[in-house]
Amino acid sequence: MLYIFCPHCGSRSQNEFAYGGDATVKRPELNKEISDQEWNNFVYLRKSPRGKHLELWHHISGCRQWIKVERDTSTHEIFKTYKADELTE
Amino acid sequence: MSQDFRLDNIGMVNRNKKISFTFNGKKYFGYEGDTIASALIANGVHLVGRSFKYHRPRGFFGVGVDEPYAILQLERNNERDPNIRATEQEIFEGLEVKSVNCWPSVNFDIGAINNFLKMFFPAGFYYKTFMWPPSFWYKIYEPFIRMAAGFGEASIKHDKERYEHKYEYCDLLITGSGPSGLASAYAAAKNGARVILAEDKPRYGGSLLTSDVNVGNQTGAEWSEKIITELKSMSNVIVKNRSQVFGYYDHNMLVMSERISDHLPKTQKYLPKQRLWYIRAKEVLISSGSIERPLVFGNNDTPGVMLSSAAKEYIKVYGVLVGKKPLIFTNNDSGYETAIEFKKNGVNPLILDTRKEPSSDIITEAKNLGIEIKYSYVVVAAKGYKKVKSADIAKISDNKKDLSNIENIECDCICVSGFWTPSIHLASQSGNKSEFNEKIDAFIPKKSKQKENTIGSANGKFTLEETINEAFNKGYEVSNKITENNNKVSVPTVVEKKSTEHDKFWCVPLPKGKSYKRFLDFQNDVAVTDIELALREGFRSIEHVKRYTTLGMATDQGKTSNLNGLQLVSDIENKVVPQVGHTTFRPPYTPVSIGAIVGREVGKHSKPTRKSPMHEWHEKNNAVFVDAGVWLRPRYYKQGNETLFEASKREAKNVRKNVGVCDVTTLGKIDVKGPDAAEFLNRVYTNAWLKLPVGKARYGVMLREDGIVMDDGTTTRISENHYHMTTTTAQAANVLSHLEYYLQLVWPELNVNVVSTTEQWAGAAIAGPNSRALLMKLFPNTDVSNEALPFMGYKEADLFGIPAKIYRISFSGELAYEVNVESDYGNFMWEKIIEVGKEFQIQAYGTEALSTLRIEMGHVAGSELDGRTIPHDASLEGLVSKKKDFIGKRSLSRSAFTKPDREKIVGVVPLDKTTSIPEGSYIVKDPKAKLPNPKLGHVSASCWSVEYDNPFSLAIIKDGKNMIGQKLFAMSPLKNKTIPVEIVSSHYVDPEGKRVRA
Ligand SMILES: [Zn+2]
Repeated sequence: MLYIFCPHCGSRSQNEFAYGGDATVKRPELNKEISDQEWNNFVYLRKSPRGKHLELWHHISGCRQWIKVERDTSTHEIFKTYKADELTE
Repeated sequence: MSQDFRLDNIGMVNRNKKISFTFNGKKYFGYEGDTIASALIANGVHLVGRSFKYHRPRGFFGVGVDEPYAILQLERNNERDPNIRATEQEIFEGLEVKSVNCWPSVNFDIGAINNFLKMFFPAGFYYKTFMWPPSFWYKIYEPFIRMAAGFGEASIKHDKERYEHKYEYCDLLITGSGPSGLASAYAAAKNGARVILAEDKPRYGGSLLTSDVNVGNQTGAEWSEKIITELKSMSNVIVKNRSQVFGYYDHNMLVMSERISDHLPKTQKYLPKQRLWYIRAKEVLISSGSIERPLVFGNNDTPGVMLSSAAKEYIKVYGVLVGKKPLIFTNNDSGYETAIEFKKNGVNPLILDTRKEPSSDIITEAKNLGIEIKYSYVVVAAKGYKKVKSADIAKISDNKKDLSNIENIECDCICVSGFWTPSIHLASQSGNKSEFNEKIDAFIPKKSKQKENTIGSANGKFTLEETINEAFNKGYEVSNKITENNNKVSVPTVVEKKSTEHDKFWCVPLPKGKSYKRFLDFQNDVAVTDIELALREGFRSIEHVKRYTTLGMATDQGKTSNLNGLQLVSDIENKVVPQVGHTTFRPPYTPVSIGAIVGREVGKHSKPTRKSPMHEWHEKNNAVFVDAGVWLRPRYYKQGNETLFEASKREAKNVRKNVGVCDVTTLGKIDVKGPDAAEFLNRVYTNAWLKLPVGKARYGVMLREDGIVMDDGTTTRISENHYHMTTTTAQAANVLSHLEYYLQLVWPELNVNVVSTTEQWAGAAIAGPNSRALLMKLFPNTDVSNEALPFMGYKEADLFGIPAKIYRISFSGELAYEVNVESDYGNFMWEKIIEVGKEFQIQAYGTEALSTLRIEMGHVAGSELDGRTIPHDASLEGLVSKKKDFIGKRSLSRSAFTKPDREKIVGVVPLDKTTSIPEGSYIVKDPKAKLPNPKLGHVSASCWSVEYDNPFSLAIIKDGKNMIGQKLFAMSPLKNKTIPVEIVSSHYVDPEGKRVRA
């Protein structure tokens, strides 16, 4: 069970969080004309890297904030966590 | 009753307390502190079971967690418990145990015929024997395997015992209280660290209890007693016995199972049977010790052949002799320690040492005591079927290949020592790679992966002095890192006898013309020939050899067998062991009961149960409840002998005719507040929200980005910047997370806050033609006329002194209102509605009537919005704005979503107007078409229309719009029904929606 540092609450066990997927996905702006391909990439296509991955976790049984977690997908090492509005390195 | 094999003046069991227990129905005595194994051995009982494959007689091999043989079935307090290791289970008054894997009895076992049919059970016999023909599988193979396999029977009753979970945090977790565990715990605790020290056995001290050593001018046992007493008195230390740390997981999370009551006749009040600890440790010291390796020779599985360290522990801890004519067979000095203990207690052992002419302190001591020793000697084969009676022994050549001088000598036990294997399981589970240490012929942990260190004999340190020094240092070093204290305790002096090098020899060759079985894995009956066969058949990877032969796959996880298996593979392959590598260690280290893993989350407790504030009223009024997610909702209110069908029909009819009231507290409610709330809702919902006036509600549909409907519900503008959103019961939590996602990550510039208010409001839906009349009586001071409170209107009102909110919304399709009050007033509100509603023939209605009402109105719910439908499919396209953008809009223009024959919701009526259509039925054109019959769609919901008094269903079918009026078929292969039907509009009742606006 991972031990995730929530920037709002401190270190908490994984069972307080829900996984939220790739944090680098950017939603296309509203009212912008975009191709089927672009939209398809946004809705469906995700990388599944082995190694460093910036991902979203939702502290649902805590502060209910979405946070960004930089985690190694093969070793589970967590390098850094960020608030939702914090810029990632 | 005298015990033939019990010594008088040695051991740690309580001689003042005699305990009786039964084994296979026969009564025996032991003392408090005995295990089943020690008590049975004291009584001269060695035959306790039969082996897995060949049903060969089984005795005791070890003295703890490594035991491969003595797996028993236990009865305790009317509960059945399989897979109990006799070497671990302590006896208590009235304990009942019996053998497993034998029929009709352990003494005469029919399965033992397998032993004489060995040719049918070679390596991989499961794969070879049970493959063909496939038709044999159910009738012949499976029953045979089921009968033959397994260690005991699990109880099929509900387990009434209590199991608990506990979460704990500490600076330092130490797994094992042997010399390294005690020393490091002491050093760390004295330096201010918060320490948890876990010991698997009932007694602390590990090898200190059985070794002839001196620490700080005290015996090992005295020193360990002193240290543990001091540790127990310290507030920063938790010391736990009967507690096995069995799993090492990510981020230094370890799991420990504590056997609190297993050694007692009955679990005490307010205590659990077992407790599972989830421990998050800043640092871990693995001090799990080492396990003695067997030597391999003919019939080395005969009862009476056991580890020499086990024999020593039976003497020193339990005061029990495993035999009176012991043969010690060893390749190192450890066997001598056991021989010395025998000798000191009046028994004459014979030592067979595979080494040529070793010399050390221990060997000298054995000689001085007059113990007979034969060098360059081996046991060729044990003799005796149910117990060792004698042994064939022989001189072995210097190259260890040839046997000579074979003779038979009498003995009643053979104590084997093939040197020591560090228990690296936990280190390996943590992700630590291991390395082969040539000096000890075993693997030790390599570089730490997580925050752990392995110390003592688990790390291949086999002298006490080295162990104690290392452990004191590590305890200090690790605690210093955490506490930054510098309180260093002095290391006690250690006196121990020096030993010399072990012999790498471990497997005795077969004499010419003999084909004795030489076992590697004692629990799964894997012999040397099985491994040889697997290699001949081309298996190379150790992982494959393991699975093909089942080596190390039994409940003991190969604690005594793995390394010898590896040795054999590397010998045959002419490789060295590190090239072969070892198989992966996975949790649990020892078997853990399912009860402990489940803990308190059993049955109804596996999820919380949510009840509305009106729950008691429902109960009193004969509500039959249904699970709606974690909520309990009244399904119907039973009157007399009514069935579900009759009751729901009555309730629904009454809504259409008079007025009904339904508990809708479970609906999700979310407060949406802030200056940008309208803009936010406009982006979340498919329809337009910017112009909704204060005091008005609107029905909305929200999508996922992929265009699929996520949820629907009404949202009301309470004030300028305050909206009250409702969601379906099932989606409430998901919708909140969804909103938070967009507010926090996608549009953080929007000034909006959302919070769940589901539990803050109790809700009652009042529906039916009489509902306004009832409302006028409930709220005499409020104008609830159609003009003052029109359809989709909202008003705050006073309910007999209680502030209430009235929303004029309708799910039933009738003139209807939803009244909300603060939860604590929920019951008050409900009782008032019932009381005042009497004159209007009010009846409470449950979810079944609620469904009927919405289905015949063609209102969609979860069965239509099932995660596969877009607004069009549910006939919600009118709510999809063409002007503005919103979540998921772009997906709606995908070609699959815009094709002309896209699925659409329709109504379905059976032609005979009597046969109900099972939900899930397929709609097809031709019921006799060749399979697979192309389906047009499926029936999503069915009811008995109370308006027309015939069955009515909703279905989502291809090109639904153009299907209306067609005669088709509903097929349910599950119910074996084919029903001719007509497709009609999904709005079966009041298609113009006049009633809700009345
Ligand atoms: Zn948090």
